[in-house]
Amino acid sequence: MIFHPAILALLAASAINAMVLLAGALFAVHLLRHWDLASGHERQVRLERQTYLAATAVALVLAIQFVALLLFVYNAERMSVLFTGAMCATGTLNVNAYGFPTLILKIAGFFLAVVWLALNQADNLARDYPLIRRKYALLIAIAPVFLAEAVVQALYFLNLNPNVITSCCGSLFSDTGAGVAAELAALPARPALIGFYVVLLATLLAGLRLWRRGRGGRLFGLLSGVQFAAAVAAIVAFISLYVYEHPHHHCPFCLLKADFDYIGYALYLPLFAATGYGLAAGLLQPYARIRSLAVVLPPLVRRHAGLAVANLAAFGLLASWLILDSHLKLIAP
Amino acid sequence: MNGFARQRYLLDFTVASLMRRPGRNLSLLLVYTLVVFLLASVMLYSQAIKGKAAALLQGAPEIVVQRMEAGRHALMPAAYLERLGRLRGVAEVQGRLWGYYYDPAVAANYTVMAPARDGAAPGQVRIGAGIARVRGLAAGDVFSLRGYDGQPHAYTVAAVLPATSELVSADLMLIAPADFRAFFGLADDVYTDLALSVTNPAEVRQVARKLAERLPDCRPILREEVLRTYESVFDWREGMLLAVLAGAVFAFLIFAWDKATGLSAEERREIGILRAIGWETGDVLRMKLWEGGLISFTAFCLGYGLAHLHVFHAGAPLFAGVMRGWSVLQPHFALTPQVDALQLTTLFLLSVVPYTVVTLVPVWRAATVDPDSIMR
Repeated sequence: MIFHPAILALLAASAINAMVLLAGALFAVHLLRHWDLASGHERQVRLERQTYLAATAVALVLAIQFVALLLFVYNAERMSVLFTGAMCATGTLNVNAYGFPTLILKIAGFFLAVVWLALNQADNLARDYPLIRRKYALLIAIAPVFLAEAVVQALYFLNLNPNVITSCCGSLFSDTGAGVAAELAALPARPALIGFYVVLLATLLAGLRLWRRGRGGRLFGLLSGVQFAAAVAAIVAFISLYVYEHPHHHCPFCLLKADFDYIGYALYLPLFAATGYGLAAGLLQPYARIRSLAVVLPPLVRRHAGLAVANLAAFGLLASWLILDSHLKLIAP
Repeated sequence: MNGFARQRYLLDFTVASLMRRPGRNLSLLLVYTLVVFLLASVMLYSQAIKGKAAALLQGAPEIVVQRMEAGRHALMPAAYLERLGRLRGVAEVQGRLWGYYYDPAVAANYTVMAPARDGAAPGQVRIGAGIARVRGLAAGDVFSLRGYDGQPHAYTVAAVLPATSELVSADLMLIAPADFRAFFGLADDVYTDLALSVTNPAEVRQVARKLAERLPDCRPILREEVLRTYESVFDWREGMLLAVLAGAVFAFLIFAWDKATGLSAEERREIGILRAIGWETGDVLRMKLWEGGLISFTAFCLGYGLAHLHVFHAGAPLFAGVMRGWSVLQPHFALTPQVDALQLTTLFLLSVVPYTVVTLVPVWRAATVDPDSIMR
């Protein structure tokens, strides 16, 4: 265990999030059992009031999660000097088996909170709380993810042993290793490039369709999720190579360093925004058939879809520019 | 009204409402600022001192080899230089001469070194600013010490070392190799240890492994290991101080909770009126959150700014003793001011986030009270 302020802060943040959501899940169970809009019972009035608290609490959790996600990666980067063989965040996350699972759970928690808040926003548009049961059922499902994250992260930090020889990104994301990361890195450039652009274009088209016509929400939501995975794979497989101008440096974290003009932030922020809005739009669109939402929901969905498309386009353009501007040529013209 | 304009009006209202009662929130702001100030001071100081150490170690040799005798550091025979021979990847091997000297006159330890290059001419000495201070010496003075043979040895002070490196050179004495051997009574064919410079950082560990094979009674010390140790030591000290300060943070959180729970009669009336004229629960909630946000923002900026002044302009008098360690020849050094995103984020998670979470329930409670029950 390393007694480091950033680690203390991350542990505190995860503990706070997990506790807040645990309380939220308990409230959700209570609400699902007793919610009855028609009743004028005191308990119903109290429940309605408490929904304000729950919504504010989840919004707060999302904000904390966002900051903590940034800090987690940034801190991993910074701590790499403490570990033999680690040269960047990849090495630090690889010191024990809990590093990458923590990161994945953090990202999952982030998107789940985004989706919940989108659902909450839609629910508040109508006077009769049409989505309240779905919303609180989802909250019960979200809480375990955050609990797991808090536990896995604690295990990760408690098992950090500064003398372990870790693999740096060169060996984890190299084309000869084993595991998911290495497989992503070993993707041949041309098919990976084509696959990335096909998914990107399909998602953009589905988003435009939803934005213009208000149709195809489910498809767009699904594609947004797939697009996120494809984009991360693309970053590991070839975008990073073009940025570093090095045929074997596959690290997705070194992009965030000053050496590469912090280009990673410009790449990841629109990607995360696009995925968040895309998932939200896809999830909400089917609910437009609920009577009380029929008029108010479609504009919201279209706005989400529009924002998703704009961010995705920004991501796609930046990625393309990085590829074209690079001195590295992976594919013979 | 769109969302943005709505938030702006709410913010306007909140600022006006806070300005109407400047005294009430002042105590909270004061304590909040103090907490941020304490946390930020510790973090800024430790960060700066780590940066300083790392910058200074940049010039250190990649590998130092020490001979061990019964598990203790022993002198290195010059013959080992030949035994080592040529190692692939090593640009240069050098025998170093250095040691410690206890000066009873000022009850302090000096570090004595005899560098092969850029040292001092025979009969001369270059001293660190710390020694110059305690002994009242300047360039041109004569510096006399009792050697290991019991005789006084006198050296002329050629120069005082520049203050920029004072963290490591405060207690440093540089003399000529021949003077060094005479002063400590060392034979001509021994060194204190060996310094190796390795040009390619990727080869350092490989070279160290070969060294350990060729010279089994020696231990290689790598620069990256020293750097890592510094990191860990200062991280640990910083963490310890933060853990101690956690008590203060908890006290502050209880104070904030109490403050947020106990609404004054006037505030309750205000909320009641707002509800009665048509504000929704969500609006009151947002107003209250804005209030907390404004206080947090002000306290965060004030506390961080004050900590910056405290550490970089006043020399961190509150924590320097704990963070820097203890020594008679305490180095005086100016830390390089810096603002670090990682640190700001950490500080934010340790101060603003707990405050917001703690005040969430009281704020919600205030926002959802029955207007009717307040007005009555």
